[in-house]
Amino acid sequence: MPEKPYEQHDSVGLVKTQYYTFAEPPEELLLTCGKLIGPITVAYETYGKLSPAADNAILIFHALTGDAHAAGYHSPNDKNPGWWDNMIGQGKPFNTSRYFIICANYLCGCKGTTGPSSINPRTNQPYGLGFPMVTITDMVTVQKQLIDHLGIKKLLAIAGGSMGGMLALEWVTRYPESVRSACIIASTSRLSPQAIAFDAVGRNAIISDPNWNNGDYYGKPLPRHGLAIARMIGHITYLSDESMHAKFGRRLQFRDTYGYDFSSEFEVESYLHYQGDRFVERFDANSYLYITKAMDYFDLAASKGNGSLTKAFENVLAKMLVVSFTSDWLFPPYQSKEIVKALMNNDKDVSYVEIFSTYGHDAFLLEVEHLSNIINSFLSNLALEIS
Amino acid sequence: MIAKKDSTFIYHADYERIIEHIKQGCKVLDLGCGTGELLYRLITEKNVHGRGVEINEQNILKCIGKGIPVFQGNIDEGLAEYQDQSYDYVILNQTLQVTHKPEFVLKEMLRVGKTVIVSFPNFGYLPIRLKMLFRGRMPITKTLPFEWYDTPNIRLLTIKDFRFFCELHDIKILREISITSRGGSLRFKAVANLAATEGLFFITKAAT
Repeated sequence: MPEKPYEQHDSVGLVKTQYYTFAEPPEELLLTCGKLIGPITVAYETYGKLSPAADNAILIFHALTGDAHAAGYHSPNDKNPGWWDNMIGQGKPFNTSRYFIICANYLCGCKGTTGPSSINPRTNQPYGLGFPMVTITDMVTVQKQLIDHLGIKKLLAIAGGSMGGMLALEWVTRYPESVRSACIIASTSRLSPQAIAFDAVGRNAIISDPNWNNGDYYGKPLPRHGLAIARMIGHITYLSDESMHAKFGRRLQFRDTYGYDFSSEFEVESYLHYQGDRFVERFDANSYLYITKAMDYFDLAASKGNGSLTKAFENVLAKMLVVSFTSDWLFPPYQSKEIVKALMNNDKDVSYVEIFSTYGHDAFLLEVEHLSNIINSFLSNLALEIS
Repeated sequence: MIAKKDSTFIYHADYERIIEHIKQGCKVLDLGCGTGELLYRLITEKNVHGRGVEINEQNILKCIGKGIPVFQGNIDEGLAEYQDQSYDYVILNQTLQVTHKPEFVLKEMLRVGKTVIVSFPNFGYLPIRLKMLFRGRMPITKTLPFEWYDTPNIRLLTIKDFRFFCELHDIKILREISITSRGGSLRFKAVANLAATEGLFFITKAAT
């Protein structure tokens, strides 16, 4: 009998999400927007073992719609492993026989960490729009509490793609003493107006869904159409012209000739519908609104450098690795280069790799071999410095 | 501290000359840094603050593995990421002859570096001239080992050409080293263009 996926030697196997609750009233957390929130529960997973000196911890950041489940399987019947399973495990770049890997769901998410779908203890109802606006800064504040709780003073590395890279950038500027190295993959120090525009259309789709009902839809019909459209738009921005040609072309689904009607005829249409429909099963529309808004607000130069990205990076101590993908037009290479340039202006230790890929923004999850090699090289050198 | 020379270590005469003349603890940018061999030696032997630019991903992985900060880029596109006069030395070692826009690249280097170090194979080397003269074909030598159709060396020049270029562009030659086929350096500048396989120049912008 072939071994089950979770039994494979390089899999982290069966894992469980854990929870940490803090900021119990009256010790609530003060957010960037000026409002208080508490208690906060953080959902997180860990893989590997923390060393006695607590110096082998790596914090991984998920992307917009990801979660704490980065590797392994929750149950023997799970079809799919965690979202970054091909990078985390024994002998993989984030080697669990050497490192202690942590991944936590973000504040205002819907995957176990407190968010708009959580119960507000004051009303005993879901927060809905009563949830305060959250920034990337707030998300990182919450993560720092978790890392402190785990007894880790200094993270060996932090790594994240896309929105996850934003959190990594916030970490290295906010807690320079607590991060030894950082990998920023397909990310940016601020979204382009084009990216904000796509986020805005996605949010509009949700808000225009009659079922959204000002965010008060829990226990009622969900704003499925709006959320599905938001996801469809998202998926367009994750692909590239070239990858769409390769993946779908102009092919029709289930037929050879045009039907001259408005059904989903083209393969690319049915792909987007499929992605949209699947997404509404696993994601909360309000969380989508809050998180995309937090990404839109993120601007490291403005928040930490009076408009200068170079100034924002003045205090960085971490060894930095910045990776971009040539066909990524959502988080384009020029934005990664801006980060690198600003770090170099400060004489910081930074390397930049621009991977040739036709996959668009999705490349950060698909170009596994390239990314594995790069992260392997990066971490192997780091391990030398420590030992 | 002298780095250990392992079995894969290749002796580069130009490395020795460059390392010899670079001051302790200064800032160095190495363009076309390859696997980071020169930078690694400069960092370990001269304690420099070093950084590389390289186009090839495999080479970049090697640099990162050695802990050398490296930027993946094409130097023909310029040095937009680097500020004026922000490096003590900018090095272009055995790479000038493969650039598409050597004049632009040199200008960018002089903008970013206080001193620019350039080395290139000397096409005026006597055996090369003789090969051309007697065989009537493009010469193939140790420093220029390719056929005309597969060579990355698209800008062939002589030591004299480079001196002339500097004069024309108001570039001051601070030091000129002519390296011979045995890895030594020539004492007499007058015969360099005939006897040296490689030219190594330390240049800077002439004061205006």
